[in-house]
Amino acid sequence: MSDKEGLFSKKNLKLLKDPLDDNNPISIQVLGICSALAITVKLEPAIVMSISVLFVLTASNVLVSLLRNMIPNRIRIIVQLVIVAALVILVDQVLKAYSYEVSKQLSVFVGLIITNCIIMGRLEAFALGNSPWKAFLDGIGNSAGYGIILIIVAFFRELLGSGKLYGRQIIPQSFYDFGYQNNGLMLLAPMALIVVGVLIWVQRSRNRKLIEK
Amino acid sequence: MDRNSNAYTFIFAVTLVVVVAALLAYTSTSLKPMQDNNVRNEKMQNILTTLNIQSEKSAIESTFNQYIKQQLSVKIDGSVDTETNAFTIDLKKELKKPLNEQRFPLYIAEKDGKTFYIVPLFGAGLWDSIWGYIALGEDKNTIIGAVFDHKAETPGLGAEINQKWFGDMFIGKKILKDANLGFTTEGNFVSVAVVKGGTPDDNLHGVDGISGGTITGDALARMVHERMSNYLPYFQNN
Repeated sequence: MSDKEGLFSKKNLKLLKDPLDDNNPISIQVLGICSALAITVKLEPAIVMSISVLFVLTASNVLVSLLRNMIPNRIRIIVQLVIVAALVILVDQVLKAYSYEVSKQLSVFVGLIITNCIIMGRLEAFALGNSPWKAFLDGIGNSAGYGIILIIVAFFRELLGSGKLYGRQIIPQSFYDFGYQNNGLMLLAPMALIVVGVLIWVQRSRNRKLIEK
Repeated sequence: MDRNSNAYTFIFAVTLVVVVAALLAYTSTSLKPMQDNNVRNEKMQNILTTLNIQSEKSAIESTFNQYIKQQLSVKIDGSVDTETNAFTIDLKKELKKPLNEQRFPLYIAEKDGKTFYIVPLFGAGLWDSIWGYIALGEDKNTIIGAVFDHKAETPGLGAEINQKWFGDMFIGKKILKDANLGFTTEGNFVSVAVVKGGTPDDNLHGVDGISGGTITGDALARMVHERMSNYLPYFQNN
């Protein structure tokens, strides 16, 4: 089937684009919320987390897809877990070596990528039944969809919560002199949930077909 | 081979695990030197932070050597063990040894012509280890800087001890009740308490506790008291 199909056929591109909007893992499937709440206080860890998930999801999707005809059915979940866990430890080790500060901020959440429902969900629902190239696109698409939401949430939380973006002061001192204050509530987890909620609202009012009847 | 047979499942699982283990072991060993170096740099930066010195990552080693003039391994009787390298002492392991075999690292720094004494701290918090550094002024009595950190204290509550504002509250506090009585007089060493509900600014031996972080605060005060008390004989003699 894939012999006749072009690498970037409409069907394949759909795999890449769907998770960005119509089938976004966070705002539509509401998966991976835990990490979305925890590491979106600042932009930097959110971006690093998105890249880590991008790597782990894409690599594990491709690996599982390559092995899909060899994995014994009875232990397939365990095999998926071993692959994901190995990749996550790899990411953790590399971060500790090359980006120590960020790895300290992400702390346990890198390890918790293992339990991110998006990853196990994609492996089980997609990679096990599709060719590596499709699994690759699906991995990129879904992790990008996850990353976009993470970065949008982190953008608002850092801007309104600390008046900074990527660690740099954005809101000028003169605002503070006039009595402007950072919204400390933005730094706490509940506001992340509310920002995600607002995003879902905005998305659904733009994209009518997502509204459930 | 039948993909659902027990033998196949078993062989697949074993192969997978061996391959993954080999890969991870290789990564871990090859990245270890860089990771150790990061930990080392962080330790140096923490020590320098108590003196209010910030350094670029690349220059940390030279900045550290520029300010830190001596690194001593102090014994409990106040003498100095010249054979142990103070920087490599792991307090966590050290504190499990019998008291007279323990060596306490002490960093002596010089900045703007003044001498400062930096005491490393280590203790148990609420959930896991807490640690930090406290710098004492020339009189070995007044605290001029403090940093704390933790492994797993409650976020938003006890975890706040690693914030700058918390460490800064220790500045200007004194560890002795009466400086003239010396370090080893019974009852004169009072350390600094973390007071639940807050304390007036002019209390020289207490700082405000964190609401909701009382156990961490108490643990931190206990750590400061215990670790500092190990250095009293040395401070008295020198």
